[in-house]
Amino acid sequence: MSDPMRIRLQSAGGLTTVKVLMSHEMESGQRKDEDGKIVPIWNIQDVFATLNGRVVMSSEWGGGVSKNPFLQFVLKGTKPGDKLSITWRDNKGDTRTDEAVVS
Amino acid sequence: MFSFNTPFKFVLKHLGAALLYAYAWSAFAQAQQLGVSTDAALAQYRSMLQDANPADLYVAKGQALWTKARGPKAQSLESCDLGLGPGVVKGAWVQMPRYFNDTRRVQDLESRLVTCMEAIQGFNTQEIIAQDFSKGERANIALLAAYVSSESQGMTFKVPQEHALEREMYASGQELFYMRGGTHDFSCASCHTQDGRRIRLQDLPNLSTSAGAGFAFGTWPAYRVSMGSIWTMQQRLADCFRQQRFPKPKYVSPATVALSVFMGVNASGQVADAPGLKR
Amino acid sequence: MRTGRREVLKKGALVAGLLMQSLGYLRSANAYQQNAFDAKSVLDLYKSLGLSVPVESKQITLTTPEIAENGAVVQVAANTTYNNIKRWIFMVEKNPVPLVAIFNLTEDVTPAVTLRCKFAQTSDFLAVAQLNDGKVFFARKEVKVTLGGCGG
Repeated sequence: MSDPMRIRLQSAGGLTTVKVLMSHEMESGQRKDEDGKIVPIWNIQDVFATLNGRVVMSSEWGGGVSKNPFLQFVLKGTKPGDKLSITWRDNKGDTRTDEAVVS
Repeated sequence: MFSFNTPFKFVLKHLGAALLYAYAWSAFAQAQQLGVSTDAALAQYRSMLQDANPADLYVAKGQALWTKARGPKAQSLESCDLGLGPGVVKGAWVQMPRYFNDTRRVQDLESRLVTCMEAIQGFNTQEIIAQDFSKGERANIALLAAYVSSESQGMTFKVPQEHALEREMYASGQELFYMRGGTHDFSCASCHTQDGRRIRLQDLPNLSTSAGAGFAFGTWPAYRVSMGSIWTMQQRLADCFRQQRFPKPKYVSPATVALSVFMGVNASGQVADAPGLKR
Repeated sequence: MRTGRREVLKKGALVAGLLMQSLGYLRSANAYQQNAFDAKSVLDLYKSLGLSVPVESKQITLTTPEIAENGAVVQVAANTTYNNIKRWIFMVEKNPVPLVAIFNLTEDVTPAVTLRCKFAQTSDFLAVAQLNDGKVFFARKEVKVTLGGCGG
């Protein structure tokens, strides 16, 4: 079971800045381990965000995204009680969804 | 068609010298400028990462470990006494290292976690000590350290010097700090007793001052960006020993604890800010 | 703080299930573009994405550190005054794989996006904005790296 994301929301005047810290190794497939063998690719490929169930942003990632990825974007027209959900899926098929509520 | 007559050779020769001089001067000027703006640029880089410190992810993992029933005795660490009473985590870290009655010695955070892991959870101390950093239970100790230190965030250091052994450990730590040895005749002091020094782009805090000690002692454990993992103070000390060409110190040995006592006491009154963020 | 972990996990699984269906929908709409993530040069990348070569534009602003003391984690941000941006393409030019991320935007978000990327060496960060009308613009900014991010 994957580790939870840390989602921080900062709202002002209908705009909500979303800051997400995700827990993932993000192996690019470029790195060698102690024995000199290439560590296989293991990275988040898809990320998307929904607001009250509606997709507001989707993204495709490669191994060039840092380990423990940090993503920030800004939602428009938010109001208190709006539910934000963020989902990632990696190349092994693992997936994780976490939610936060606009205050 | 040019002929290399004397006036031309003269001009060429001096033009070459003039160009060389101009290049050297501009390189020097650029280096000077780089010196000032490098600090600002690095500060900018670091501040961009501080806003969402990946260490936070590890604090959460550490907290989960603290409350989880683990080890041969299938117990959680919630009854572990870090100096303020069983299970009291908040504010404990800024009063460590300290003397503990039950073990009758001065212990730093990691040493104390090992004590609790053995006594309460049944883990084998010798196995933990023999293990490498970032592996097995040592990796778990890093997570626990991240959690425990985070529970002292923003508090001021007051590492005790009441007990005779606490004072003795400070004196030992101080002696070790200034002791030169190894193939390169290094001591901790070789790098850590001057203000404003750095190795490549890494600032070297002056550990003999309150501010320097407070910064160093107060920001480890830290998320080390280059390793993508949490490093504890024991791990940082072990790496310093390696860089000084000293033999590898034994995990949570009295010598390593003594150095933490030295730094911790020097850090009195400074604000803790762990887990930190390092290169 | 102990919330009902079982409930949260169950609910999480249910939500994940529902969202996996949406993901499936998204997948068919925008299949993971492996070709783009295999492209070894910026120009190859444009080809694989079916983009014409973008035009440099001052309407795109990039926020990057001048120096990264570690290439493993470099925070980059892009924003633009174009109000009809469809997607961002983030690239680190000198990485073994230049494409870092593609962001598909909707009207419910502003164009401002921030991401932490790996820089294998000192390199330009490039952000391409593809607008709804198909036009493509870019901006670039150099980030000096003092330690490689891909193997260290």
